[in-house]
Amino acid sequence: MPNTVKTPKGVKLDHISKIYKDPKTGRDFYAVHDVSLDIEPGSFVTLLGPSGCGKTTTLRMIAGFESPDEGDIWLGGESINALTPNKRDTAMVFQSYALFPHYNVFDNVAYGLKLRKLPADEITRKVTEILSLVELSGMEQRMTNQLSGGQQQRVALARALVVEPGVLLFDEPLSNLDAKLRVQMRTEIRKIQQKLGITAIYVTHDQSEAMSLSDQIILMKQGVIAQMGTPTEIYYHPVSEFVADFIGECNFLKGTVVSSTQNEAVISVNGHPVSVETRRQPQPGSEAEIVLRPEAVTIASQGDLPCTVELSCFMGSYQNYHVRVGDTLVKITDNCPINKPLFRVGDQAFLSFDKVCAHLL
Amino acid sequence: MNRKQSAQLDRKKFFGDPVMVITIIILFLFLTLFILYPLAMLLLDSVMVQNTELYNVSSLMGETPAFFDANGSPASQANAPLFARLDRPDAKEGEESFKLVPLYRSGGLFAGQAKLQDAQDGKPIYLKVVNNKSKTVYLSLAQLTQPQEVPATFRNNGRVIKKMDGIELTDVSVKLNANYWTLDAFPRIFRDYTFNNALRNTLLLGVLTGFGSLLIGLLFAYVDVYVHVRSRFAKKLFDVVSLLPVVSPPFVLSLSMILLFGRSGLVTRELFKIFDSDIYGMWGIVIVQTLTFFPVVYLMLKGLLKNIDPSMEEAARDMGASRWKVFTTVTLPLMLPGLGNAFLVTFIESVADFANPMMIGGSFDTLATTIYLRITGGTYDINGASAMTVVLLVLTLGLFLIQKYVLEKKTAATLTGKASRGRMLIEDKSVRYPLATFCVVISAFVVLMYIAVPFGALFTLWGRDYTLTTKWFAKMFTEGGWQAFWDSFKLSLIASPITALLSMIISYLVVKKKFHGKFFIEFVSMLAMAVPGTVLGVGYIRGFAGGVFRTGFLQGIYGTGIILVIVFIVRSLPTGTRSGISALRQIDKSIEESAYDMGAGSGKVFMTVTLPLIKDSFFSGLVTTFVRSITAISAVILLVTPRYLLITCRINEYAEKGEFGVACAYATVLILITYAAILTMNTLIKYFGTSRAVKEKE
Repeated sequence: MPNTVKTPKGVKLDHISKIYKDPKTGRDFYAVHDVSLDIEPGSFVTLLGPSGCGKTTTLRMIAGFESPDEGDIWLGGESINALTPNKRDTAMVFQSYALFPHYNVFDNVAYGLKLRKLPADEITRKVTEILSLVELSGMEQRMTNQLSGGQQQRVALARALVVEPGVLLFDEPLSNLDAKLRVQMRTEIRKIQQKLGITAIYVTHDQSEAMSLSDQIILMKQGVIAQMGTPTEIYYHPVSEFVADFIGECNFLKGTVVSSTQNEAVISVNGHPVSVETRRQPQPGSEAEIVLRPEAVTIASQGDLPCTVELSCFMGSYQNYHVRVGDTLVKITDNCPINKPLFRVGDQAFLSFDKVCAHLL
Repeated sequence: MNRKQSAQLDRKKFFGDPVMVITIIILFLFLTLFILYPLAMLLLDSVMVQNTELYNVSSLMGETPAFFDANGSPASQANAPLFARLDRPDAKEGEESFKLVPLYRSGGLFAGQAKLQDAQDGKPIYLKVVNNKSKTVYLSLAQLTQPQEVPATFRNNGRVIKKMDGIELTDVSVKLNANYWTLDAFPRIFRDYTFNNALRNTLLLGVLTGFGSLLIGLLFAYVDVYVHVRSRFAKKLFDVVSLLPVVSPPFVLSLSMILLFGRSGLVTRELFKIFDSDIYGMWGIVIVQTLTFFPVVYLMLKGLLKNIDPSMEEAARDMGASRWKVFTTVTLPLMLPGLGNAFLVTFIESVADFANPMMIGGSFDTLATTIYLRITGGTYDINGASAMTVVLLVLTLGLFLIQKYVLEKKTAATLTGKASRGRMLIEDKSVRYPLATFCVVISAFVVLMYIAVPFGALFTLWGRDYTLTTKWFAKMFTEGGWQAFWDSFKLSLIASPITALLSMIISYLVVKKKFHGKFFIEFVSMLAMAVPGTVLGVGYIRGFAGGVFRTGFLQGIYGTGIILVIVFIVRSLPTGTRSGISALRQIDKSIEESAYDMGAGSGKVFMTVTLPLIKDSFFSGLVTTFVRSITAISAVILLVTPRYLLITCRINEYAEKGEFGVACAYATVLILITYAAILTMNTLIKYFGTSRAVKEKE
């Protein structure tokens, strides 16, 4: 096991912006605007967002393929703005794997080490070690096109890991794999990252990937950071409708604040009072929006909010309901439906939720 | 919004990669010096005239030449610049009857205007004069007195007034009013009957050949893609015919045309008993050019036709259109930009062609041959010839730009992507038989013409005595054959790896890198495609005979093998670059990025990742350059010196002398060499090329 990994490096983005020209209109626009980040050494950070939000551009700026128009990039306390990609202590795992098709597995992984002019026996030792880490021992002589998608992904990972970079960059590395393999690979990536204690920056548009992998999620929208935080924080305390909606399924209930204390508020939704935990103290009488995760809502014949069932669908592990509260549609996933009363389309029912699970925008 | 910082950082990163910077600088220099500069010199030559006036130099002859100072009084101060006072015998009324002319001294770095001291020290003093090739020559005063050492003839206003022997040195013309700008050359050549005739001929030829090649090429492509040809032999024959223009020297068809259809032609004389057949002239060239260029059209259109989605045509058929109606209303309109494109490519090739008009043109002169004759023949007229090359260049360049930037884009816009599925081939006998027969006849004819060449070398006397002999081959080898093969082989062999590597580097930079001047590199290396060989040849003469800008810099390469190698490189660069670019566009850019990211500099990335991935393109560039170089004639015939015997020039020489046996012997060996080269390429690609596994992945 390569337990002699170099000290991982931290990455700092200091008010980074990148301007592109829109090819259609010819006008300049911010692909990335005023992004500041401080990534701890050894942590796993995900840049998450819909396509075109600037996450890949940010990653490519860290790798050095793009140059920022404003701001500075620091790697381990050293400004790397003017360094070319080959002089930066980063290694990237590409979406298309970008394996060298004319080399076999061994030579692919050894490429970076050969560039560093390591002695041959050390190269062999390191490559063998890293290949056993990604469970590819014995595949050294295979050509890359003789490997499955998952194996190619492992080679790409090994190739990036073996040079022991200060920071490891992932550009949507799992998007070409099928769903099952994706889940398997992401757990492995996380395991390896934690074992080696390496700093990793991971770009994805898949929120479940981001949740399961990261210490920190940076959610981006149209070039700016929408929210930054741990997965739990982002999931349960989204700062905006966009964040809430992007991270998992979400319901939004509009209402008026009736009363509020330091950490709890009573909101009137269609005239029915519900209590919600909150971090800020909203003004009584003001408009408010409650964010509710589908799995946090329970449907029963008694409860807080009356509703009408519009869809009722058995999904195996849960029953999927769409119910209408006033003029708002609320989605509910009712886990373990087998021992609960079943509601059918057109039924009148009641919603209720634990105040801890709801969040006030 | 301000993008200054990224621009600045990109610049820093760019200069942080010295290998790339140096490569780009070298490329810039190479392309400027060997493509742009010679063309610029032609432009310059056509608008700049060197004026020479006649002066009497008798005052400088003899034991004690008369020296003057800047004021016109006899030189007295040792350090004052030295002048000569030359009388002007044909000075008109009101003009000065004499002129003070500076004298020069030699001595490497210390060359410059002479001083009296130099003359007193016995150093040679030089006079600047213009010889009959408008070239500036420094003539030492000693040479004036000893006329047998005068290296060249002198002229005055285009009239040769001196020969090497028996010079009357009282009439040496001295270059004084050096240069002046004028556009006179253009009106002059447009009044010139020879030029107008050549221009008309060239355009006519281009149009006829263009349409001829288009028609036959389209037919071949249609038959190949649409018609079910059962015979394997016919399919094979089409393949051979499409390969022939690549492997064959440009004038082989002319040669066999003469052998088969000329005055003592096998077909005309022996078969049809026509004794006054005249194949020389326009129709001869048209036939030969059409047969040479139609395979190019065939290959271009085949690609296009394959991209037409059959469902479109089936939809038209389904709605009740006849096959002919479908062709005219669906297929043809879809291909129109492609057809225009193919026509222009052929037109340019035809206009630029030198070898065929030279060999079979007879009195039918084209621009290329006229320019060649103006440069090498008795009527030496550099301004006129330069103006003509400019006209020729404007013609080909204009069409090239239209072709590249208008038609190629349109073709790509109308026909993109691949056909969704296979096409139902035409089985109908009334369509199949006539079309297939026509194609087979044409192919057989072309093959026959190639077969005629070796027999031309094996028959004792074509047209008279058809007994087999080896005497022509023997004559070839005794009259410098070995040297010709060795020279051609050697120079082409030197040119090919350089060209292949250069074109791969250019493609890499163009496709994968961002830098200022990228467009320049791409454009100029493609530009060479539009420059006829003759134009390039004249450009090199004007550009390098007196060194760069007539300063003597790089003059050393003129007349050597180096300049021939450079011509070979420049002539093959566009084809190599084109194939390199299309190969590189197939390769995922992140493959190179990942190598770059892991610490490889540009040079390392290119050598370890890019080049291995486009090996096939590299090998084909290698061989294509070799073949193109060894069969090249248009540019090199202007630049070759007696030190080098080139096969193609020898063939031309013997054909002009009417010794077709030797010409055919040379052509036969040349065909064998090129064929061997193609075989080598295929072997290289098969055993050392990008592995099949890699290709499948793409």
